[in-house]
Amino acid sequence: MKRRWPWMLVGLLPLQALALSGEEVMKKSQAAFLYPGKDFKARVVMKLISKDGQQRVRELTLLRKNAGEPGGDQKYFMYFFQPADVKDMAFMIHKYPAKDDDRWLFIPAINMVKRIAAQDKRSSFVGSDFTYEDVSGRDLEDDNHLIEREEKVGNRDCYVLKSTPKAGDADFAHKVTWVDKGSFLPLREEQYDKKGVRYKLFTADEVADIKGFPTVIKRTMKNLQTGHRTEVAYLKTDYDLGLEDNLFSERFLRQPPRKWID
Amino acid sequence: MRFIRPIAACLFGLVAMAPTGAPAELTLSGFLQQNTAFNTVAANPDGRRHKWLEERAQLKLDATGGAWRALVKGDIAYDHLGRQDETELREGYVDYAAGNWELRVGRQVITWGLGDLVFVNDVFPKDHQALFAGRPLEYLKRGVDALKFGAYPEFASFELVVAPGFRESRIPDAGRFWLYDPMPAVANRETVKPGQGDVGLRVYRDIAGYDATLYLYSGVQRTPSMRPDSMAAPTKITYFYPRLSVYGASLSGRAGEGVLSLEAAYYDSRQDRSGGDFSIPNSQTRLLAGYQIQPAADLSLGFQYYVEYLYQYAAYRAALPAGFPVEKQWNPTVTLRMTQMLMHQTLRLSVYALHSLGNGDDFINPEIRYSFTDRLSGAAGANFFGGKPWGQFGQLSQDDNAYLQLRYEF
Repeated sequence: MKRRWPWMLVGLLPLQALALSGEEVMKKSQAAFLYPGKDFKARVVMKLISKDGQQRVRELTLLRKNAGEPGGDQKYFMYFFQPADVKDMAFMIHKYPAKDDDRWLFIPAINMVKRIAAQDKRSSFVGSDFTYEDVSGRDLEDDNHLIEREEKVGNRDCYVLKSTPKAGDADFAHKVTWVDKGSFLPLREEQYDKKGVRYKLFTADEVADIKGFPTVIKRTMKNLQTGHRTEVAYLKTDYDLGLEDNLFSERFLRQPPRKWID
Repeated sequence: MRFIRPIAACLFGLVAMAPTGAPAELTLSGFLQQNTAFNTVAANPDGRRHKWLEERAQLKLDATGGAWRALVKGDIAYDHLGRQDETELREGYVDYAAGNWELRVGRQVITWGLGDLVFVNDVFPKDHQALFAGRPLEYLKRGVDALKFGAYPEFASFELVVAPGFRESRIPDAGRFWLYDPMPAVANRETVKPGQGDVGLRVYRDIAGYDATLYLYSGVQRTPSMRPDSMAAPTKITYFYPRLSVYGASLSGRAGEGVLSLEAAYYDSRQDRSGGDFSIPNSQTRLLAGYQIQPAADLSLGFQYYVEYLYQYAAYRAALPAGFPVEKQWNPTVTLRMTQMLMHQTLRLSVYALHSLGNGDDFINPEIRYSFTDRLSGAAGANFFGGKPWGQFGQLSQDDNAYLQLRYEF
């Protein structure tokens, strides 16, 4: 028996070298989910649905531009159509992977552009079940990522990763993500609270190929404790439009260029 | 109405210049609103029990075609206290946007500076009565009839505002609010509005991650000064708007966990640089430091320290008639705003508190706001004032009120 060990190790080596680490899978997943294309545009319709079925709609145009490689700086621009009390409101984020974002808000009622504090990434995004972090990504360095197993979601083969925050100040204990082995898109994610109870569930409900980029065009985030959920649909999704850098500036916050926000 | 006609002419002129055949997109929206503010301490000087009581409808028409855009926002209101205009053109302008410049002509709301209900470089007209009478925040600002030219070369952004006519800030009405009056016996009063307009320039750019801005303004004070015809035996008081220039700067950006705002302005009181005329405010420096943090999800806290410094203080004291309240040379104020969003941000609890360390004035505005549906929202709040009988807020201490706003948007 002892003699067989070295041979078994040799047999395993090539596999170990080929397999991706949890960190690498998450990095590829973030690139596929949050960074595809040089830039991106979508009309986003969010439905906030309470446990008893009451529905509220948030509708906005989302623009994104990458500064460079996946994992690098990004600029986001959001222009709101609905509900009426936030119509014409615009929101801009300059996102940096290793430090807090810069965020600006244009308040049309008093025609004012205001910088807003952004250190709490777990705040709800426009009242939905998505947090800012869910929308624009959590820093990969903040968690340890381990591949736990492989499993199918529908007919897609997935890595199942467990991500555990390195610091104790996160408001969740860990999350489990099903990452498509082909597209690297997250197809399902469960967040667990500190008591080990699953409390949030993300599902990618429809994936479409847009200009060669697999894109989650329908997604749901459900709060399993309150029964509240948010369904998001991307309409008019497009990539590589040639968005200029100066679009993400105070000038266009105050007066968004119509050709990009239809 | 006298503002509406020239603007309408401008609008039609510019629309006529627009290339025909450009695809235009037209949207119509607006709201219906009920707004009530009850006195909680005393009746108004005119005996009424409400600070505000009205139904209001707003229509907003927005037309876009190519580089052109026209916007008209008009209000019709029925005021039960019967002292307000029943129609108002809130905004009405035409925009033309080119590659790196743009033009806006017409009535428009312009807000400069970083302060939260503290104004350092925001020299544009406001409606202070709206703020104190429990009206929605957007009514704090009044439009100016102006031409705004924006230029956006690589190295900085420029915004030039030229207003041919003058539009004043609306101060609380003496029938509705208990206001300090040093000469209550003089009934003969006249207001002289300046014949000139004003001009302002704002230049801004990013400097090492901070938003840096310079402000230049030349015009007149938005709130009137009062001058009696005689100090010994006054028979008539004239309200007038002294000439003013403002030179300012601001900086805002991330600092530690929050957002730091710094702002400064020098108020050059051009009509009384020596400080010898008691009826005209002396030149001032205004300084503001603000810090905003978000200590927990959906909770935000904002702190401000604001100070006004009066120049030519000795001349001011020497010229001030006996019996008039004395302002301090340094007048610091602190403010706090706390906002908590709940129930998927449909419920907002907020409180704004201001305390003057100079004269002891207080202003507190707690508010609860809820969206019943995406279209129907309501707010309930209160305005509490306190301090010296002649202070900016202290004089309003009989004017405490509780208010309700209900709005249906379409």
